[in-house]
This record gives sequence, structure tokens and C-alpha cells, in this order.
Amino acid sequence: MGLLSKKDAKLITDPLADNNPITIQVLGICSALAITAELKASLVMGIAVLFVLGIGNVVISLIRNIIPSKIRIIVQLIVVASLVIIVDQVLKAFAYELSKTLSVFVGLIITNCIIMGRFEAFALGNGPWRAFLDGVGNALGYAVILLVVGFFRELLGSGTLFGIPVLGDPIEKTGLYSIGYENNGFMLMPPMALIIVGLIIWVQRSRNKALIED
Amino acid sequence: MGLKSNLHNLKEKYKGTKMAPAFNAIHTFLYLPNETTHNGTHIKAADDLKRTMNTVIMAMVPCLIFGMFNAGYQHHLALGTIETAEGFLGSTFWTWDNLVIGIWKVLPLVIVSYGVGLLIEFIFAVIKGHEVEEGYLVTGMLVPLIVPVDLPLWMLAVAVAFGVIIGKEVFGGTGMNILNPALTVRAFLFFAYPTWMSGDKVWVHGAVERAGTADAISGETILGSYAQSQDVVYSLADMFYGLIPGSIGETSKVLIIFGALFLIFTKVGSWRIMLSTILGALAMGLIFNGVVDAGIITSSSKFYGLMSVPFWQHLIIGSILFGAVYMATDPVTAAQTNKGKWIYGFLIGFISIMIRVFNPAYPEGVFLAILLMNVFAPTIDHYVVQGNVKKRMKRLKVKTA
Repeated sequence: MGLLSKKDAKLITDPLADNNPITIQVLGICSALAITAELKASLVMGIAVLFVLGIGNVVISLIRNIIPSKIRIIVQLIVVASLVIIVDQVLKAFAYELSKTLSVFVGLIITNCIIMGRFEAFALGNGPWRAFLDGVGNALGYAVILLVVGFFRELLGSGTLFGIPVLGDPIEKTGLYSIGYENNGFMLMPPMALIIVGLIIWVQRSRNKALIED
Repeated sequence: MGLKSNLHNLKEKYKGTKMAPAFNAIHTFLYLPNETTHNGTHIKAADDLKRTMNTVIMAMVPCLIFGMFNAGYQHHLALGTIETAEGFLGSTFWTWDNLVIGIWKVLPLVIVSYGVGLLIEFIFAVIKGHEVEEGYLVTGMLVPLIVPVDLPLWMLAVAVAFGVIIGKEVFGGTGMNILNPALTVRAFLFFAYPTWMSGDKVWVHGAVERAGTADAISGETILGSYAQSQDVVYSLADMFYGLIPGSIGETSKVLIIFGALFLIFTKVGSWRIMLSTILGALAMGLIFNGVVDAGIITSSSKFYGLMSVPFWQHLIIGSILFGAVYMATDPVTAAQTNKGKWIYGFLIGFISIMIRVFNPAYPEGVFLAILLMNVFAPTIDHYVVQGNVKKRMKRLKVKTA
């Protein structure tokens, strides 16, 4: 890696696997359960968080020495809120249907624990470049889980991927549906997202025993 | 050398290998192991897990056989090829034709349930290196009894895999599960494939494929009729004997009562839970009757149909009895303390009828109520035990003072 030193590269790769914000730190679960019924929504949510966390981390890192520590949470909230409003407005302007699907959950990025967590734990104590990498890494780690969950939920729940039918037509009975396959309605409900996240955690921890606590 | 000693020799050969648990499971299914313990004092008791499980299965077999006859009976009756059977021993019920359809439809469900479930148990036993537990023997029998007769087999297979892995193995296998695995299977089916688990098409064999054609038949369950405020066409005797559409094994109340007596007599099932569940259901039924009598709910309300059912009739429609006898009494997921059992059972009955009446989307609430109380059972036990501790502490203080 010419561009990134080994230490910097770890900032990106760690949250993707062994320090994943969702499966290891168990943060940001609400949105992972709520919006992952469709892959498209998962992707947009991932990008939105990438934008907010990437830029937010840099901003906080730049002003970290002039924030009075007593009111730092409020300052952090203002930064997140401004960025989230930008995302929300952009979505409403260019992808209105999608912003309807995501509904309140774009606004709720503000309260996503991953973002405040990274501001507190990393951006306040590191330079802008490293803070940027950390933000990108954690947002990617979040997005990866969202995409995996979204993939299974949309494929098994609706038989589509990004809205494109891949298993045939359930009404015309083509493809898999012609032999009696049916969509799994449970997949579209939030409890199933929780179970899929649980299964990912299970697989991850049985592959790497060091992650198992106590 | 007989089969027994051959198996003992084979066991020595497999010892320590990955396949040992799988082999031992088959071995101990047939014979007692030839191992003896070497130290300490032991109490030898015959009522081990295997005998407990077998007792429950024996209590369920009449329901299964009846379910087979009933599957064929409902099918032929809906087609109009046979007359209504008058009473439990009706001449058109216990016929070969009915049984053939029943075997043809029900046996595959039993085989798939056991096949998939035991396969997963074996895989987990081999991976984790523990012995195969007998817990699935009962679950595997319960599952076919609580599903509609026309359920596609692959759906059952998926649901059983889900129920065994998520409902049981994740928590550490038999004895560690929080939720009743058989009900987890049903809940999965209910939420995943609602069109196959509710409505008026699924309870009678052949109704789904005939839907929309000139030969269409339908078999609305009694609860379904009540929920839509339609007239119920079945007599009380039919409900009690079980000559009604419904999930395979839950219709015959008389056989369930026999099963219950058998379980109570053998001390395998807890009579406290069974009794308190029934009391809870009656209490809720009485409350609803009272509400109707007081004129708070009139016949224009969508709840009127089910609320006005005489309270005792709630016991013979739907699956509350089946749930009380075979599901709620599962020793792993039920409350453990005696006082806890009363509370646990009462709330199951109470909530079952509440869901049944208030939520037309869930025409039967028994499985949801039992799953809910499964989750609360440890909490109930905790408070019962703490209450007892407190009482004794007080007594201790009085004595010492």
C-alpha cells in the first residue's frame, strides 16, 4: 500500500471485519433492522452514513482543539444534524421514492450510535486524515452488514435484488415459482433482520474465537 | 455374536472420532450402553429423558391417527362423496378411504419433520462433539400435528430447520432453549407463509388447488367463521369429537383429554399447567361474556362474534386444549416452580383467548400466547423463588428475635 501506511490501512480494514460497528460493537442496530428489507435502501443508507461519518469525523477532528469539552456533545450533534439535513434534502430532491422508503430513518442517522461513538472515541483525539479514514472504515463496515442483510432479506422475502426479479415472477409462476417456491414473508419483517444479524455474528465469532467475550 | 455385542465393539472403534456422537445416538436408541460407572453412589431411575419423551409421543399417537382419518374425512365430506359421520364412531369416518388420504398427506409431513430435524441434531452433535439429545423426538411429532394438512413439504423442511437451529441449537441444544421449538416452527410458518397457514383454503386437503375453479371447496375453521360473524355449521359434539377442519392433530378434544390423563397419570405432564391454562381461558371467556351481557359490545362490533361465544365453548374450538396439554407443559420452556406453573398456565389461557378475540388477523392465538409466556417463564420463577426466600427470611427473624 503506497497510499496508506500500514497503521492507516488498519483504520479502514478493522471495522470491516474484526471490529465491525454492528456485529462486534453492536451499534446502529435500529437502522439495520428497519431499512434492510430492500437492497436499494440498504445501499443508500450505507452511502448516507458514509457521507455523514466521513465528513463529520474530519470536521470534528479539525475543530477538536477549540471545542470546550463541556459542550462537546452539543457541538457534535450540530455537526451531525447539519450533514444529515444535507443528505435528507438531496434524497428528497433526487430520489423522492427512496426517501419515502427510508422515511424517518435518514433523520435518525443523527442518533446512530456509530456516528457519535466515532466522534467521541476517535475524531476528538486524532488528526483529520486519520479521522477521515476511520470514519470511512466504520461507515463501510456498517454498509457491508446492511448490504448482506439486505441481500438475504430482499432475495428470500421478495425474490428480487435491487428491485429486479431474479427468481422468476411470483404471479405468472415462472422460474423458481413454477415448481412451488414462494416468497418468505417473515424475511420482510424486522425480527428476521435481527436473526440474520445474529447469524452473521455467530459465523464471525465461530471463525475467529478471539472475538468471543467472557 | 448378536447385534448388541457387535454394536458395542463398533462403539470402541468409533470412540474419540468425530462420528462417535452420531453412532452413539443410534446405539443407545436400540440398547442400553454397556458402560458402568466406577465411583460414588448412584440412584438408578428408569424415568430418564428417553422414557419421558416416549411417554409424550405415546400420548400423541391417537391424535396423529385421528388426524389422518380426519384429513381424509374432511376432504371427502367437502367433495360431497360421503355423508356426515354421526358422532365419534360414525360409519363414514373410520373408513379405509379416509385413512389412505390421511396417510398419503400426513405421513410425508411426519417423515420430513423427523428427517430434517434429526439431521440437524446429528450435524450439531458431530460439530460440537456432544451426544445427540432425544429432545427432538417429541418436537418432531408435535410439528406435523400443528400444521395444516396441505402444507408444502419444502416449507415444513425450511421451518423445521429454522426452529431447530434458531429455536434450540443456538441456545445450546435440548434443555437450554427458551422457546418451544415446535411452536417456533409454527410461528415461522405463520409469518413466512401466511397464505398456507390461515384462511379458509388450507384446512381441507385439495382446497388450495381447487380454489377459483368450479369444483372449489372450502373448509373454514370454527374460529374463522366466528371471526367473520358467520354461522358455525358444526355441532358441539363434532367439535368435541374433532370432526372439524383444523390443524392435523388438534381437532379431537376427546383424544387430547385422554392424552392429558395419560400424561398426568404417568407424571410426565404437569397437571398444574394444564388446569391453570384451562382456568385462564375460562376466566377470559367469562370476562368477554360479561362484556357482551353488559351491552358494551353489540352485534355491530367485529369482536361480537367471538366475544359472544359461551365461555366454556372456547375450550372445544381452536387448539387451546392441545396447546395446554402438549405445548405449555414442555418441561424445558415452562415455569419450574409449582406456584410459577399456576401463574404461567393461567396467563397462557388468558392471553390465548384475548388474542383469539381481539385480533382477527391471528385466528388462533394459542401458539403466540405460549411463546410469549415461554419468554416470561424464567422471570416468573425468579420472583416465586425470591418471594419464598423473603418469606423464610422473615420467619428466621421472628424466631431469632
